Amino acid sequence: MTATDAFSAGQNTQDIPSRPAAAEMPALSIDGVSHSYGARHALIDIGFTVAPASFTALLGLNGAGKSTLFSLITRLFGIQRGHIGIFGHDVAHAPGEALRLLGVVFQPRTLDLDLSVTQNLLYHAALHGIARRDARVRSREVLARIGLDDRAGSKVRDLSGGQMRRLEIARALLHRPRLLLLDEATVGLDVKARADILNHVRQLVTEQGISVLWATHLFDEIGSNDDLVILHQGRVLAQGKVAQVIADAGGSDINTAFMRLTGSTAQGGSPSS
Amino acid sequence: MISATTIRPIRSGFSLTQYLTCLNGIVWREALRFLHQRERFVSALVRPLVWLFIFAAGFRQVLGLSIIPPYETYILYEVYIAPGLMAMIQLFNGMQSSLSMVYDREMGNMRTLLVSPLPRWFLLSCKLLAGTAVSLLQVYAFLLIAWFWDIAPPPAGYLTVLPALVLSGLMLGALGMLISSGIKQLENFAGVMNFVIFPMFFASSALYPLWRILESSPMLYYVCLFNPFTHAVELIRFALYGQMNWIALAVVGGCTIAFMVGAILAYDPSRGLIRRGPAGGEA
Repeated sequence: MTATDAFSAGQNTQDIPSRPAAAEMPALSIDGVSHSYGARHALIDIGFTVAPASFTALLGLNGAGKSTLFSLITRLFGIQRGHIGIFGHDVAHAPGEALRLLGVVFQPRTLDLDLSVTQNLLYHAALHGIARRDARVRSREVLARIGLDDRAGSKVRDLSGGQMRRLEIARALLHRPRLLLLDEATVGLDVKARADILNHVRQLVTEQGISVLWATHLFDEIGSNDDLVILHQGRVLAQGKVAQVIADAGGSDINTAFMRLTGSTAQGGSPSS
Repeated sequence: MISATTIRPIRSGFSLTQYLTCLNGIVWREALRFLHQRERFVSALVRPLVWLFIFAAGFRQVLGLSIIPPYETYILYEVYIAPGLMAMIQLFNGMQSSLSMVYDREMGNMRTLLVSPLPRWFLLSCKLLAGTAVSLLQVYAFLLIAWFWDIAPPPAGYLTVLPALVLSGLMLGALGMLISSGIKQLENFAGVMNFVIFPMFFASSALYPLWRILESSPMLYYVCLFNPFTHAVELIRFALYGQMNWIALAVVGGCTIAFMVGAILAYDPSRGLIRRGPAGGEA
């Protein structure tokens, strides 16, 4: 059995919510959510859903409200208005049930640099109540899958930026979530590292049925078959399949559609932008 | 593919084993971080030892001590200040823990903890227990060195002081956690030294008995009397000699609960006392 097979086998008994219609429920539902920092409105009555086993891109410029939305979904901030559900579990009222189905990769690095790769994973596993022996097995599996098994004992500080990101994704998958959030996960990485990570995440969707919400400001990270949500100045301007969003906006591609919808000049398309 | 998988309904809530696993993991991580920071361990020991070896030696001849409970005979000044120095170790450790929480928050590590599905009050309590465990290591290392300096409480005192140290460690850790919730940047933490640690330590019975302070300044006496750190020191002092100071126990216990509730509320996303904004560069 290869490492990938082993990881997939571990996913065969998937934890999903104990609701009758759980399979049909959206992986993530955002309904009428607003959030403000004092007088400044970061999110204004936004709503969209992420379907199970889908890759949904959340496209928006810096400052659009993506990170605020992620903080609300992960309950780092309290929800001021509206509802957020993860497989039918309300984040505000059943945070434990909701968060155990969720894996997150935040925009800033959240690894402990002074601990080793394995120690970071074991710590994360403990925070999800996963017993040490099981955590060690899972750690080996996810490290093999991301090609970091030979760095298991290395200090995180000694990893490259791309390796750290891969480790963060592996960590987010350790407790076998059904929904994965990634907030600008490729920022600061070179072209190859970006492509590797994006491919890896897309494989998670197709091979393991994990639902993904991928926040980005880079157009070239969005595939033609993806679901797309465009967030601009705290509002959802468009959502649907990429082709549909482009057609509705009257653009020829995502770039022109985005410009038509937002009135902004191109921001994405290259990693440096 | 997802269609090929077996659906197993998730259990509601968490088992006791999962809670214990989480507690174990947080304590383990704190211990690892402490061991990686050897300078922190050394400085945690050097600070009270400087007070013991230099300050106390100088003040021994200046400051006369009458026989006061729990002591049954005249004692050296070094013996008197030892419980205060033990509490000082815990005070600095509590503030150090809160400093590391601010650092973790700035660096993003704190998110790893806070997005755990286990209840937030439990996670913060684990963090407190972990910090207290680290402070116990430091206090017992100090007691070991102090023993060579002829500061030797009754052998049973090393055990009877343990619950008092746990409680005072929790109180000071909870205070640090509460303070950390209100500090937005690491740079602001210097103020904690000036406005929390020094006043708490000096306006207490750590260095001089309260009756001495009453003789010199009644107002300062009341400041010391209402200082929770004074009661932490007295709780430790009595416990070290196998006795119980009930007033100190009540004050330290009450303050521990108050500070913990305050910290948990402050870190609660829906009821947080601190209105949080986005981290730098995010929106």
